[in-house]
Amino acid sequence: MERLSDWAFIVGHLNYWMFIILMMTGLYIVVARGNLVKKIVGLNIFQTSVFMLYISIGKVTGGTAPIYPVDMQGNLQVDPSIVYSNPLPHVLILTAIVVGIATTSLALALIIRIREVYETIEEDDILKIERELSAKDYKEHGPAMGGRA
Amino acid sequence: MSTVEVQHVAKTFIDHLPVLQVVIPLISAPLIVFIGNRKLAWLLAMAASATAFVMACLLLAQVKDGSYISYHIGGWAPPLGIEYRIDALNALVLMLISGIGTIVLPYAYNSVNAEIPKRHHTLFYALYMLCLTGLLGMVSTGDAFNVFVFLEISSLSTYVLVAMGAGKDTRALTAAYDYLIMGTIGATFFVIGLGLLYMATGTLNMADIADRIAEQGTNRTVQAAFAFIVVGMGLKAAMYPLHHWLPNAYTYAPSAVTAFLAATATKAAIYVLLRFMFSVFNPGFHFEDWTLYLIFIPFSLLAMFAASFVAVFQSDLKRMLAFSSIAQIGYMLIGIAMLNATGLSASIVHMVNHGITKATLFLGVGAMVMYSKTSFFDNLNGLGRKMPFTGAAMVAAGLSLIGIPGTAGFISKWVLVQAAFENGWWFIAVAIMLSSLLAVVYVWRMFEVLYLTAPDEGCTATDPPLPMLIPMLILAGACIWFGFDTELTLGSARVAAEGLLAGSAGMAH
Repeated sequence: MERLSDWAFIVGHLNYWMFIILMMTGLYIVVARGNLVKKIVGLNIFQTSVFMLYISIGKVTGGTAPIYPVDMQGNLQVDPSIVYSNPLPHVLILTAIVVGIATTSLALALIIRIREVYETIEEDDILKIERELSAKDYKEHGPAMGGRA
Repeated sequence: MSTVEVQHVAKTFIDHLPVLQVVIPLISAPLIVFIGNRKLAWLLAMAASATAFVMACLLLAQVKDGSYISYHIGGWAPPLGIEYRIDALNALVLMLISGIGTIVLPYAYNSVNAEIPKRHHTLFYALYMLCLTGLLGMVSTGDAFNVFVFLEISSLSTYVLVAMGAGKDTRALTAAYDYLIMGTIGATFFVIGLGLLYMATGTLNMADIADRIAEQGTNRTVQAAFAFIVVGMGLKAAMYPLHHWLPNAYTYAPSAVTAFLAATATKAAIYVLLRFMFSVFNPGFHFEDWTLYLIFIPFSLLAMFAASFVAVFQSDLKRMLAFSSIAQIGYMLIGIAMLNATGLSASIVHMVNHGITKATLFLGVGAMVMYSKTSFFDNLNGLGRKMPFTGAAMVAAGLSLIGIPGTAGFISKWVLVQAAFENGWWFIAVAIMLSSLLAVVYVWRMFEVLYLTAPDEGCTATDPPLPMLIPMLILAGACIWFGFDTELTLGSARVAAEGLLAGSAGMAH
C-alpha cells in the first residue's frame, strides 16, 4: 500500500491510468446512452483503451522501434547494444484493431437495418415499439395458454 | 516441469488433422461466396463440415486414452510458435461442434429456403462455415490469443446469422444488436485478461503460462487477469446474471441457426472457461477456489431455479427452450464449482448431452414453425399428432431435458448428483432434483400442447421432408443411445476431467 502513495509510481504509470479512464468512459457510454450509434462509439472507445494497454506492455525503457538496421547491400546490422521494444503486443493489437473495425462496421450495418424497420435509432423508442409488439403477441397468444409472451 | 521440446514434425496426413479440421471449413467459406450457387454452396458446406466431423472423430480416437497431440503451426515450436493442442476434453467438444454442424446442415437447406430471402442463401452458408471455423478453432488452439481471434470469428458471424431471422420477425435485428454489444464487451474483457496475463508471464502459450504461474505463484496481476477472463467468457457462455442476450437471440434467429448455436456456441465458451480455470490457472490457485464457491454456486443455483421458473411461464416454445438453456448452463457451472473429478466429468458430459438434446428440440420446433409460422403454443396445438415423427423426436429430447432414466440427460444429472454427494453437499443434490421438477413442468406444457390439444380445423401439417426429418431422428436417437452407452461420452469426459484436475501438469510436456 506504500507504493500507492508514491507519486513517481502514479505519474510513471500515466498510460495505465489513461487506459482505465478510457475503458470506464467507453463502458459507461455503452450503458448510459440510448442512441444506438453513440453506443457503438462508446464500444469503440472501450476497445481502443485495450489497444493502449497492450502497447504499454510492449514498451521497454529506452527501447527503440523493433526494426534491425540494414546497410546498403541489405545485410542486417545487428547491434546487441541497442534495446528494442517488444513487438509482440503491437502485432497482437493489430489483430484486435481489425476485429474492432469489423465489429463497428457490422454494428453500423445492423443499425441501418434497424433504422429501416423501426424508423428510429433511439433505444427508448425501439423498446416502446417492441413492447407494443410483445403486448400484441400476448393478447393474441397469451391467454390461450395462461402464459406471457 | 521439463522444458524439453518434443520434436514434432508432421509427416503424415494424420499428423495434420488438428489444423486441417479448422482450415477446411475456413477455406470453404470464401469458396462458397465465389461459387454463388445455392445448391453447390450447400454441397460444399456439407462436405467441409462432414470432413471436419470425421477428423474430430479420428482425433478423439487418438487422444481418448489421456494422451495429447501437440501440433506446431508452420513448424514453429511453441512457446514462440502457435500450438494446437488436442486432448480428450477438446476432442470431445470438437466432435460435438462439428457433429452438430454437420447434422444441422441437411435440415438447414429446406429451413433456410423457407425463412431467409433467396439472395442471402450463399452468404448464409458462408457465415455458417465461418461460425463453425471460429468455434472449432477456439476449442482446438493451445495459444491464448488465438482463442480471442477465433472467438471473434465465430461471434461476428453469429451476430449476422441471428440478424438473418429479420425476414420473419424484425426483433431479430435488435436481438442481434444486443448480442453484438454484449458479445463485444465479453470478448474485450477476455482480451484485457489476456493482456494482464501476458504482463505477468511474458508468454501466450497456455501450457507455458501455466508453468510460469505455477513457478512464480499468484499476484495481483494474475488475479485481475483471472477475473477479467471469467467475466468475459461468462458473458459468452450466458452465465446466469450475464445471460440477457440469449433469450431474444435464440427466439428470433432462423430455426437452423438456433439449433446450431444452442448446441455449440455456449458450449465452446464453457470449454474455454474450463481450460483457463483449470489448465492455465491451477486448480490449487487459492483465489480460484474462493471464486468458485462464492460466485459460481449461488449464480448457478439462481440460474437453475429462476431461469426454469421463467421458462414455465412462456407462451412461445422457442423462448421457453432458450430459458431452459440458461438453466442447463447452471448445471454445467455447478459441476465445475464442485471441483472434483466427478463434478467436472458431469459438466463435460452435460455439455455434450445437453447440446444434442437442445439441438433436437430446436430442430423439431423449426419443423413445426415451417407449418405454423410462429412458435407460440396456441399455434402448435396438436401438431405432435399431425407430425408423428417430429413429435416423437421432441418427446425423446424432452425426456432427456428432464433427465428421465434411459436418456442422455439422466446420465449427466446422475453423475452431477453423485458429485454433490461426494462433496457432502446434499442440499445441492436436492436443489438439482428440485430444479429438474421445474423442467418436468415446462416440458410437460410442451407435451400437452403437442399431443393433448385438438389440432386446428383443416390442419394440413405433416412431417417435414426427409432431409429435415432424418437429422432430427438421428439426434433423438443419440439422446437415447447416450443414455445407455456412456462409453464414448462419459468415458472421454472422465479422462478429460482427470486431465483438468491435474492442472498445469495436465497441460504438461
